[in-house]
Amino acid sequence: MDKPSTSRRGLSPRLWLAGGWLLLALLAAIFAPLIAPQDPLAQDLMLERLPPFWLDGAEPGYWLGTDSLGRDLLSRLIFGGRIAFIVAFSAAIAACLVGSTLGLIAGYFGGWADRIISRIVDVWMAFPPVLFAILLVAVLGTGLSSVILAIAIIDWTRFCRVIRAEAMGQSRMDYVENARIAGYGRIGIMLREVLPNVVPSIVALLSLEMGIAVIVEAILSFVNLSISTDDPTWGGIIAEGRLSIHQAWWVLVFPLITLILTVLSFSQFGEALKTRFDPVLR
Amino acid sequence: MSTCLDITNLSAVLPNGERVLRSVSLSVLPGEVRALVGESGAGKTMIGKAVLGVLPSSVRIVEGDMLLEGEDLGKLQPKARRTLIGARTALIPQDPLTALNPSRRIGPQMTDRLVRILGWTVEKADQRVRQLLDEVQIRDPDRVLRSYPHELSGGMRQRVLIAAAFAAEPRLIVADEPTTALDVTVQKQILRLIAALQREHGTAILFVTHDLGVVAKISQKVSVLYAGKVVEEAETATLFAAPQHPYTRALMAATPRYTDPFASLKPVDEAVLAGLAAEITAADKAWRRPHG
Ligand SMILES: Nc1ncnc2c1ncn2[C@@H]1O[C@H](COP(=O)(O)OP(=O)(O)OP(=O)(O)O)[C@@H](O)[C@H]1O
Ligand SMILES: [Mg+2]
Repeated sequence: MDKPSTSRRGLSPRLWLAGGWLLLALLAAIFAPLIAPQDPLAQDLMLERLPPFWLDGAEPGYWLGTDSLGRDLLSRLIFGGRIAFIVAFSAAIAACLVGSTLGLIAGYFGGWADRIISRIVDVWMAFPPVLFAILLVAVLGTGLSSVILAIAIIDWTRFCRVIRAEAMGQSRMDYVENARIAGYGRIGIMLREVLPNVVPSIVALLSLEMGIAVIVEAILSFVNLSISTDDPTWGGIIAEGRLSIHQAWWVLVFPLITLILTVLSFSQFGEALKTRFDPVLR
Repeated sequence: MSTCLDITNLSAVLPNGERVLRSVSLSVLPGEVRALVGESGAGKTMIGKAVLGVLPSSVRIVEGDMLLEGEDLGKLQPKARRTLIGARTALIPQDPLTALNPSRRIGPQMTDRLVRILGWTVEKADQRVRQLLDEVQIRDPDRVLRSYPHELSGGMRQRVLIAAAFAAEPRLIVADEPTTALDVTVQKQILRLIAALQREHGTAILFVTHDLGVVAKISQKVSVLYAGKVVEEAETATLFAAPQHPYTRALMAATPRYTDPFASLKPVDEAVLAGLAAEITAADKAWRRPHG
């Protein structure tokens, strides 16, 4: 017979590291005007391609060096975080709301509701996502809101598929049947009994999706389809850095590190949160 | 005397037309325990699900009536039927782990139904739940009510489910092999608890089992089921004293002792099975699927 398990409290190092980085990056983005050492847009040809602080020729106040127009790299990364986080949160939440709702309905009700929703998902997933995104932005026009919309339109299926499968598994459990016998309505059972059991997965996916949205936004900026203003974006900086890789490698390397750390943190943070949200795993 | 549950001529079919229930008739008087025995796949669970209105969507009832305290379940609107079943019946399930919602604490799970479905006040529901936990001999109700299902042992979970089943004072409880998933040592305690609460509350129980030892201990009446057909029914004492049907006799001969539940239902005699098959075929030939 299984013994009552003891719950393990306390945060895992994974959660600390990932959460720590995300918090740091988020705070920096929010308070960018206060924190950024320089104006991210200010060009100064006297200061072009300054190396990071530990190399010869570095200038104080330009910690990570400057790009080929003499703009401060650190300040540009900090400001670029604003767009990255705005896109990450809005696009992921939108995709999550649409995908999870449809997934829950398909998984719990089954039958024709499931057949219709699953068919739509199949058709949707037949498009290669990055191409789909580029196409959508080309149609919707560039700009922050169309980038967000494009990511949400593409990625709701990720939520839908996972949540459908989980809701379907839960619906076969005896506790759902018990609720039915007790006289609860279908929608009540879906929301009160089934939903809490898929929330851990929703949380993990949501965090993962934020990371994915950051990448997609960077890719769109990289191909110059994102926010067509002068505002710095991580993808835009990477695109510029690629051109000057031989003269100023730091302009490519630092935004890449920032991007990778952020994306990894989002996915790790999601996994760690899932474990904490799940009463059985906790 | 009015019956608590009265099933007459209930037939249910699978999509391929095969009958899973073959004109089943069965009744349970108020406060009585009716055992339903039969080997695995006989349709015991199906009968329970039919009564509780949770048959799988692939199974369709094609004829027969089910009366719950005189109300014809087949004639009620779905909503009214749900309300009636919710108010008058409860289930003690086979697997106490999956029958509890893993992400909700025991307390809210137990009181929620009383408050939301039956409209009790939270205080009254809480009091009631504690009283029932006491009746199933849970000595630390505070801890149990705060626990998640996986934090309790199998026996504790089944106690919780028994308490939950009796809490709303149903008139009929369907107990579907309530001890099969439990440790042998816990099985007897749980059985005794169900019997004690049943007597105390005067609740009728349709007790599904494949264990004749359990039948002898807990029930007043028995129906023996084979391939969805009731082959014999009798008062428990009568059945054990003088089993009429060859299948029942074979079952009894094959059941060694209650002490070893896994040894029950040894293979039944070939000749008896052949006789049963002929009986089922004859019944199916004589049966005409009703139209409409
Ligand atoms: N969801 C389903 N759809 C179609 N047929 C089913 C379904 N569930 C069970 N059956 C079939 O219905 C018949 C009766 O099954 P049932 O579960 O009622 O048997 P049982 O007497 O409860 O057996 P056990 O002792 O193993 O629980 C079996 O032949 C089974 O294969
Ligand atoms: Mg069964």
